[in-house]
Amino acid sequence: MTEAIQHTAPSHSHGDSTVSGRNVGQPVLRYGGEDRTTGAQRFVADLEFTNALQVALVTIPVGCAEITGIDKAAALRIPGVVDVVAGVDLPSPMPRFGVSHQDRPVLADGRVNFHGEPVAAVLAETAEAAYAGARAVHVDFNELPGVYTLDSALAPEAQLVQDPALRPGDPLADTNVIKDALYTWGDIAAEEERTATVVENTYTFPMVTHFPIEPGGTVAIPTDNGGIEVYSPVQHPYLLQQTLAKLLGLPLNKVRVCAPDPGGAFGGKQNPKLEPLVAILALRTGRTCRLILSLEETFQSMRRAGCRITARTGFTEQGHLTFHEVKADFLIGAYADVAPRVMSKGTYVAAGPYRMPAVRVAGRAVLTNTTPSTAFRGYGSPQVTWATESQLDAGARALGLDGLEIRRRNLVGNGEAFVRGECEAKADGEWIQSLEKAAELIGWDQPLAPNRGRGIAVGIKPGATSGLSQSLVRLLFDGSAIVYAGTSDMGQGARTLWQQIVSDELGVELDKVSVVSGDTSTVPFDLQTSASRSTVFMGSAAVLACQDVRRRVLELYAETHGIPEEQLSEEPGLLVTPDGEVSLPEAARAALGSLRGEFIGQGTRRLRGKGHHPLGGDAAFYEFNATAIEVEVDRETGELLLTKHVTVSDVGTELNPLQVVSQDEGAAIMGLGHSQMEQLLIDDHGRIRNLGALDYRIPTFKDVPVELISAAIENHDGPGPYGSKGISEGALLCTAGALGSAVAAATGVVFRDLPLTPETVWTGLQAADLGQPD
Amino acid sequence: MTSTTGNQQPASTDQQNVTCTVNGSERSMFVPTERTLLDGLRDELGLTGSKKCCAEGECGACTILLDGRAVNSCLVLCSEADGREITTIEGLSQDGLSDLQEEFLNAGAVQCGFCIPGQVVSAEYLLRTNPEPSVEQIRESMSGNLCRCAGYERIVCAVQATAARRTCGHD
Repeated sequence: MTEAIQHTAPSHSHGDSTVSGRNVGQPVLRYGGEDRTTGAQRFVADLEFTNALQVALVTIPVGCAEITGIDKAAALRIPGVVDVVAGVDLPSPMPRFGVSHQDRPVLADGRVNFHGEPVAAVLAETAEAAYAGARAVHVDFNELPGVYTLDSALAPEAQLVQDPALRPGDPLADTNVIKDALYTWGDIAAEEERTATVVENTYTFPMVTHFPIEPGGTVAIPTDNGGIEVYSPVQHPYLLQQTLAKLLGLPLNKVRVCAPDPGGAFGGKQNPKLEPLVAILALRTGRTCRLILSLEETFQSMRRAGCRITARTGFTEQGHLTFHEVKADFLIGAYADVAPRVMSKGTYVAAGPYRMPAVRVAGRAVLTNTTPSTAFRGYGSPQVTWATESQLDAGARALGLDGLEIRRRNLVGNGEAFVRGECEAKADGEWIQSLEKAAELIGWDQPLAPNRGRGIAVGIKPGATSGLSQSLVRLLFDGSAIVYAGTSDMGQGARTLWQQIVSDELGVELDKVSVVSGDTSTVPFDLQTSASRSTVFMGSAAVLACQDVRRRVLELYAETHGIPEEQLSEEPGLLVTPDGEVSLPEAARAALGSLRGEFIGQGTRRLRGKGHHPLGGDAAFYEFNATAIEVEVDRETGELLLTKHVTVSDVGTELNPLQVVSQDEGAAIMGLGHSQMEQLLIDDHGRIRNLGALDYRIPTFKDVPVELISAAIENHDGPGPYGSKGISEGALLCTAGALGSAVAAATGVVFRDLPLTPETVWTGLQAADLGQPD
Repeated sequence: MTSTTGNQQPASTDQQNVTCTVNGSERSMFVPTERTLLDGLRDELGLTGSKKCCAEGECGACTILLDGRAVNSCLVLCSEADGREITTIEGLSQDGLSDLQEEFLNAGAVQCGFCIPGQVVSAEYLLRTNPEPSVEQIRESMSGNLCRCAGYERIVCAVQATAARRTCGHD
């Protein structure tokens, strides 16, 4: 069945789902929401620990340097300072860790490779003493000519950011390219023969930082069994557990990771960063060690890769794509983190959701002496989407088509391949519906006021390509239930969904379902909270765990009531007996009898990857979004006023329409951040010049479009429970493309470098007025 | 180039007594003179509802009411609060969730939640000083409170719904 949600409300159109659950499909209020409004919610910095040492980091104000000496004496004289630990105080060779590459040292290893890399840690009885101690540590260093731009990193005689010895067996180890990717299909030369128009341009996408409002931190406690307990607001507690176990030589059972809800993460809190340092300090001192980061330190811990993309794209006279050649260089940081995968997963969809007869996409992840870039909402897709969507518009302008029409002519139909060749990918939704809906909601054909323009763009992102989520559900004697699910609830509202699902599947009232997460010692394994995967993976695991509970209730009910099992059946919330239907909690109580007890169900959702696939496997689903923007340009100041912004995502099924709209609007506005205002500025010494909230602008209340409309397409065609798909990233994938297109339509000037700040726009308009080529 | 970092200036050891009314009760703190009110509330009084993000008055996560006016508590020293009246987020829900807090939930305005205490305090201040704000006035008044989850539209809905409840005489 195909069903497009009708636009019924002024601000969003969500919530007409045909899912018939009592709670699934309803705008159930956020689990844990009350504590978030009253301030009772405990984030990591709010937790109390007795007799804890406070940790402060020592850094130097350059991006690349050799450390020649560290004098701790002045710091150690400060009352309350207990210890100063530098790299030389740690085991040799320096312990290193990482996801794809074990390249990141616990502390700077004789050399600083990016601005903010910790050189030493000061431990003190109070935070004030720790900070005073950090200021008092003398670090002698020789600044080295760092590599801070793509051009300097890719120059023939470029200084290497990493010692080649860190990358044994890597043929690229003698370069600053840590990974490359190549996706090709079709015959570009042959396609050029039937090509009417070719457009070739270079685009840039800025380095931006996650700026979670919670800077975060880590607390580590040595335990009496020789183990360690670590509190950190991470998205992947189980990955942190594994990383620490390996670094510390401990079995997993002696490493307990407790993950308080992150106060915003957006990908930045996925992978271990400073947790290994704090854990080592705790084991070294035998005391609880607590590091709470400043926002500035958060900037120096996470960012999105900047990108430069050159694209050459061919079209027939009718506007059909013939070929697309892309070179995309991702400016990553000094250590790999997951940046190589961000590049390879982003470039995998660099040809967009289009019917492309011939493609050649070459991507590179390029090391520089900058903050290690990591996952950030959208992964590598927003960067390549900016270029590819702008190319569609360039083609449309050359051919006299409009942005909607050229996309209609090229968008793949459901089931049609948009990545071809050995590892093809096919559309898993009726994506044209999102495009048409966005056009309808923006009023694509309506007349425009002066200085206004409209743009439309689409974006895709592969969901998780492999994964494992395990869940436990306990149905208790009194008819209440507890679900254990390791998803980190960082704002997306994961626990609300588990509560809704378990309530419906077991027939338990919503407020009698509680959710436990964020503790590796009590909650079963979950691979990660990322790639908008949790609804599909953990949601399925929770459904399976409930089915397991229902089967166990049936079996015990049969045994205790002397009824053959084949005369009983179960369905969500019910046990069906020869005498009629019994609610599941009632049946459970009757089956448990006077000994009471409980039923425990287990659910596992596993997606095995494919070894030969460049992404490690086929995506479980694709996020697809169409965004349309109407903008008014102030030609005097270069300021952009977004009069209307429409985002339409292909969501499968909305399990909670209120949460879908929150995520969708949030992603849309975050997309406006990198499109309009955000960029990290690095100087010649590798320093971040706009380090902190004063100088780094993110969208505020006043940057929200005058009218923001979020809508969803529901066809119940996703792989998740009740036909759901992941939804949390779609609305920022193509924001830049839609905005750039709208600005070009309003001004006649094409911009290819983000962000479109007033200065950039004004300068571009002036240059155009003077007749300079754009 | 050879460079050196390091600054031997020690932390101040001066401490002082500060007494103020916090959420209706008289509270005292003996704190270093440079201690911010935000740190005092969080570390001395255990009122961790006010959050620390930018610590330079840009994000609004630490917003409190000082003598009834919304301020960034990271920009106020404890000593400046001596003898004054403070309402924190904890003080706005002493009798259960307020209508405003309920509307934040109803509107779907609460995502990660870290900025929400500051948002609620700012919105409460707005509604006390302007009971029927327009959308433009809400956006202007709240523009000092950042939300990276960008629940801005939802928060505007929550403020409007609360204003409607209050002006209709409901609670």
